[in-house]
Amino acid sequence: METSYSLVVNGERRTVASEPGRSLLEVLREDLGLTGTKYGCGEGQCGACTVLVNGQRAHACTVTIEEVAGKTVTTIEGLAIQDRLHPVQEAFLQEQAFQCGYCTPGMILSAVALLQQRPHPTEKEILEWMNGNLCRCCGYPRILRAVRRAAELWRREP
Amino acid sequence: MSAEVLSSGAGRRPDTSESGFGMTLDRREFLQWLGAGVIWVVTETGVWAQARRTGSGARADGLPLGARLHLGEDGTITLFCGKVECGQGARTELTLAAAEELRVRPEQIRVVLADTAEVPDDGITAGSRTTPATVPAVRRAAAAAREWLRQVAARQWQVDVAGLKVEEGKVRHPESGRSLGYADAARLAADDPAWQQPVPARVELTPASQWQVLGRSATRPNARDLVTGTHRYPSDLRRPGMWYGRVLRPPAYGARLVSVNLSAAEKAVPGSLAVREGDFVGVAAPTSAAAQRALKALAATAEWSESPHPSSRAVYEYLRRNVEGGVPANPFAEEWAAASRRLRATYHVAYVQHVPMETRAALAEWEGDHLTVWMGTQNPFGCRNELARALGMPLEKVRVVVPDFGGGFGGKHTAEAGIEAARLARAARRPVLVHWTRTEEFTWAYFRPAAVIDVEATLGPDGRLTSWHFININSGRAALDTPYNVGRSHCQFVAARSPMRQGSYRVLAATANHFARESAMDELAAMAGQDPLEFRRAHLPAGRLRTVLEEAARRFGWTEKTKSRPPGVGYGLACGTEKGSYVAACVEVAVDEPQGRIEVRKVCQVFECGAILHPENLRAQVEGCILMGLGPALWEEMRFANGRVANAALSRYRVPRFTDVPELEVHLLDRPDLESAGGGETPIVAVAPAIANAVAQATGRRIRQMPIRLDAAS
Repeated sequence: METSYSLVVNGERRTVASEPGRSLLEVLREDLGLTGTKYGCGEGQCGACTVLVNGQRAHACTVTIEEVAGKTVTTIEGLAIQDRLHPVQEAFLQEQAFQCGYCTPGMILSAVALLQQRPHPTEKEILEWMNGNLCRCCGYPRILRAVRRAAELWRREP
Repeated sequence: MSAEVLSSGAGRRPDTSESGFGMTLDRREFLQWLGAGVIWVVTETGVWAQARRTGSGARADGLPLGARLHLGEDGTITLFCGKVECGQGARTELTLAAAEELRVRPEQIRVVLADTAEVPDDGITAGSRTTPATVPAVRRAAAAAREWLRQVAARQWQVDVAGLKVEEGKVRHPESGRSLGYADAARLAADDPAWQQPVPARVELTPASQWQVLGRSATRPNARDLVTGTHRYPSDLRRPGMWYGRVLRPPAYGARLVSVNLSAAEKAVPGSLAVREGDFVGVAAPTSAAAQRALKALAATAEWSESPHPSSRAVYEYLRRNVEGGVPANPFAEEWAAASRRLRATYHVAYVQHVPMETRAALAEWEGDHLTVWMGTQNPFGCRNELARALGMPLEKVRVVVPDFGGGFGGKHTAEAGIEAARLARAARRPVLVHWTRTEEFTWAYFRPAAVIDVEATLGPDGRLTSWHFININSGRAALDTPYNVGRSHCQFVAARSPMRQGSYRVLAATANHFARESAMDELAAMAGQDPLEFRRAHLPAGRLRTVLEEAARRFGWTEKTKSRPPGVGYGLACGTEKGSYVAACVEVAVDEPQGRIEVRKVCQVFECGAILHPENLRAQVEGCILMGLGPALWEEMRFANGRVANAALSRYRVPRFTDVPELEVHLLDRPDLESAGGGETPIVAVAPAIANAVAQATGRRIRQMPIRLDAAS
């Protein structure tokens, strides 16, 4: 049985007719055409599906559509304002902090969530916060540099 | 032979990112975009087909220039290449290679990779071959195009070609001040038979000392698409009317399907599709959730017959018992009898998974009896052949397109998901996407082979090796031979009947062979009462390997550090060579024996692979190798029993994370006087044995297995 769910995705109200129980990840990717959020493990272990729900970090693979009804969701597609990249995206670009890039949207969303809460994160806070995001190319050193640079950019132009 | 000759007009530029897949394009649009005024020879099987039909197309070197490069009137130059991009940096490196020889800015070059209908067959993307084989082929073509431009200008201006120089994308005649760019010459390329001729095998390439583009760092052409989430990975592709497919998997390895009730799927999800073709059973539905529900209903009706399967606990014994032709004996009885000291040791390496971030994904679409499959694979032409075989089709009716995808590491050479998607799409009469779950990837993708390695070595009274007997059971030949002076040497690989499906992994068996060899070298050094560094130096001739070893030791401060070692801390080193490159690593570990914890605190690695083409990318590859290597060194191991994998999930299979990153010191030795070798694999081989050696130093216990665990029986 399909139900109608309404949520705000990247600032736009979207209505989805869906059976209950489907993951937010599947709805984003299959119903809303937002494929920037990635599937990696289906159990919240890799962070590839990281999004913001009401501004908080969430794993879209473990959240159901009914749990986000009425809430706001931010995905990688919603960060840049037209051609102007979000400072975290800019930092990842400047540091070339990707190899295959499949983990990159999740990494960026995780970093955004971190900097929203802690604009001056310590090294330890960065490591612990980002530890839920996997990069199998193991580009961790560059990603860490990007997060540090993002914190600098963030402080300059929040 | 029917070659279609298209004269294309000025085309609109299609809406694709630089990622170079023509998914939104049909063939006509693609050709239109290739540029105004160019006559392009195409046949059913692509732009290079002429060469193939004259018998030279299999080798990329014999290709017509026009099959490798295309000049656009807008100044864009298109490079066609059969390699793939999965994070290792081929797209950028190939761009730089072409730009260097053409004397243009890299931004002027667009690279079309891995579309079997559009690009030459440059072979599988594996074995670190892009740098030593494909880059030179691309450079030769680009240099030939540059020379062609000079010849054209000389003819047009009636001047001596010797006085013409190509720079900044233009050929110039300094005396008259005239210039001609690639864009201006594009029209001429169309009519010039030179572009239908094979790229000359001997073209002068720019020496490293004069490089303007190569040897410097550059950004990836489609970098912006990666940070904005707009790049479409294979699993992100969508087509009108597309459904999602799921496949029925056996409950255990070796289980055979006895019966299944296909109608259960339709009952659970009205309108869904269920297919059985031989052992293949799959479903397709408009959403993944619906497909999953249909699959679950169908799976509940399936009956299987299972057969025995060994467990991971007993697998090393199983492999030894199942060696084809038996395990060879040590032929050096005389040296063994006469030796002052003897080492006899067996090393084990577990089965591991590649765990690419993007699991296998393929989108299949039929148009009449023609099939197009977009998929993530390192082996586009091989997968085209595999698809054709599996589906009983001629090669020319199958097209494989590979968008830049989410990680390979040697794990994506095969077409499973593509074949599954193609079967479902044929039955459903609509495009179908199959995207494996992580559990499927952990269970049904192939594994890095487990290894059982026997070493028997002898030392003479002077502490020098007199014989070396090294048998690799099951895992492979890569880096099997020892680079050391060992007296008499016998190194052999013997195949065994692997109970697990196995295949390539970053640098193949070189990791296992280096683990055993470099562990054994430390054990022998201890027997000889020598420092591990000095023992290796005494057995290594001067050369590239010894150079990286000494450089790593010097930078790490090996001699000073090992003089005063705090308790619970160990230092280890290892070195090796494979695929024409050289690596050495020194590591520092801290061991907490009661907790069974090994912490890698520092890795200092020196790597040398000839002339460095793209320094920042090489550094990323070396860092990535070291960190990825921590996983199989310390934690990664497939556990299985009764044909079922016990840890087919990221919550049960530990891979390296941010907090595992040690202090990293990476030094790249540039050798512009040497040919470039690939650098995405060999840097992984030294880290595991260096850790094992450091753990042995810290604890006095030699762990002869990967993963290196303190609870392991040594």
